[in-house]
Amino acid sequence: MTGSPPLLVVDDLRVDLPTRDGMRRVIHRADLTVPAGTAVALVGESGSGKSMTARAVLRLLPSRARTTGSVRFDGSEVTTLGAAGLRRLRAHDVAMVFQDPRAHINPVRTVGDFLTEALITTRGVRPRAAEAKVTALLREVGIADASRRMRQRPPELSGGLLQRVMITAALAGEPRLLIADEPTTALDVTTQAEVMAIIDEARAERGLAMLFITHDLALAAAVCDRIAVMYAGGVVEELPARHLHERAAHPYTRALLASRPDPAATAEPLRAVPGRPLSAFETGPGCAFAPRCAHAQDLCHTERPSLSPAGEGLAACHFPAADARVTPQPGARSTPHGR
Amino acid sequence: MTTYQIAALGRGGARWSRLRRLTRGRGVLVVACAVVAVAVLAALFAPLLAPYDPDAVDPAAVYQGSSAAHWLGTDDTGRDILSRLLYGARPSLLAPAAVTLTAGLGGTVLAVSAAWLGGWYDRLVSALLDIVFGFPGLVLAVVAAAVFGAGLQVAVVTLSLAYLPYIGRVVRSAALRERNLPYVSALRMLGMSGRRICLRHLTPNLLPLVLVQVATSFGYALLDVAAFSFIGLGAQPPTAEWGLMVANGSTGILAGRAEQSLYAGAVIVVFVIACSLLGGGLSRQLLGDDR
Repeated sequence: MTGSPPLLVVDDLRVDLPTRDGMRRVIHRADLTVPAGTAVALVGESGSGKSMTARAVLRLLPSRARTTGSVRFDGSEVTTLGAAGLRRLRAHDVAMVFQDPRAHINPVRTVGDFLTEALITTRGVRPRAAEAKVTALLREVGIADASRRMRQRPPELSGGLLQRVMITAALAGEPRLLIADEPTTALDVTTQAEVMAIIDEARAERGLAMLFITHDLALAAAVCDRIAVMYAGGVVEELPARHLHERAAHPYTRALLASRPDPAATAEPLRAVPGRPLSAFETGPGCAFAPRCAHAQDLCHTERPSLSPAGEGLAACHFPAADARVTPQPGARSTPHGR
Repeated sequence: MTTYQIAALGRGGARWSRLRRLTRGRGVLVVACAVVAVAVLAALFAPLLAPYDPDAVDPAAVYQGSSAAHWLGTDDTGRDILSRLLYGARPSLLAPAAVTLTAGLGGTVLAVSAAWLGGWYDRLVSALLDIVFGFPGLVLAVVAAAVFGAGLQVAVVTLSLAYLPYIGRVVRSAALRERNLPYVSALRMLGMSGRRICLRHLTPNLLPLVLVQVATSFGYALLDVAAFSFIGLGAQPPTAEWGLMVANGSTGILAGRAEQSLYAGAVIVVFVIACSLLGGGLSRQLLGDDR
């Protein structure tokens, strides 16, 4: 990529969450790099640890979660940050757009309160100035009657409008990194494209870096520069988005690509990745994907591969595939939907 | 009629239809509201409403039945029962109000701080609430009376303590649920301090629940205060207080004069039922549940 130092580096992140049966590992090895101004997609199935990784980056995990490894933002370690430092990071540098805007905005307060409160309290903007700023931002994300919306409460707004409000809140803090956790999943199909376009445009205009979490490979490839694929709590492949289809080296990525439906052919049954996805805590000593992998050999079951150069990017695989175009199989199954 | 008057009529009409809409199908609730309102007004305007001085003894008019002079009759020392009931509304309402407000405020502060901060503090607060919850209010009152002497103030303090866990436990579990709602992490992500999120977002969102709890507890607190006075641990003679009046009247029952106990008892029962109904109605309105 570019020569600029990476904005966000996640290095060997491991996360254990407390459950009734003791601590359970949900992230076993996540490595991720987001260079400044670059959009990186984090794709994977439900439960692969995408959202968990994003939450760990921002220290939004439950208080009893245990995190090891390193998360560096602009060179400084996030995992050891104190409360004040963390607030500063969240207020000034990183913003997040959540999946379900309705659940993520206090329903009792007005939209205007929600949008201006952080500006006023975390960076000392005067109420009038804050109001003017977010009103302008609301117009920018396509809300025409911004000043009326400011006086309304979340239940009065549609999901699409609320997600725009959420995006406005994220942009208002003038962050350097935007984390979008499936920002369009909770919206209906027609609104999805609009909201995605708004995010993409705002990002391009501001030169924002973005970590985009999705289960939609095609969308990821369309809006992001690089793609990181997660499986069972670990990043298994990382490569430039434009090479996703031709140069994917990890068998899991290739299996996902092969299982997309081909709109041209409808007669064939959908093809799925055999087996079921594992959770991080279920994996053995070897490669997490080995039980479902068509190319698995003895080594794969005994030794866990780490990310190493393969094709155009990095792959955690002992036997990465040589360049070969993965074509959607006729009527193949789409990527498993996730949260 | 001028247009101004017509407009005024229109406004008045709208107001009435709103009131009608509000009360439709809620007849019981309206009656409950009226009962509470009457009691509160009686307490406020007792000096204007009462025909006699509640403490004026009249040896010539002992144990009189209802008459034009004494609507509800007189007690064993010739005091006017109606006047005593009206004046009695003051301590009888003020004491449970103090109890529920203290318990509501204290319980909310403890519960929200425990749920928000978690850890050992939460465990400590929960344990304390459970311990106090385990003691019946009456037992606490006997102990407190033995240590500090009997009196309405002691009864109020004791009952405030006894009611704390009733409100605290409910509010704590609601606060725990609220704390884990996604909007709280979204506010954190905007860089807001935990204190601000807790005080400006979480606590206000819990207030309807606190209000319902306080309203529901009020009737029971009134009953408990009356009970304390009845057994001699609350208001002391010659104070006009409903529970004490029930107790005072007991000597009259032997003499075939049960009016004082009956009237005071009836007032307590009607008021407590009204409070209970009102609490349930508030709960349905504010929290939308049908308990």
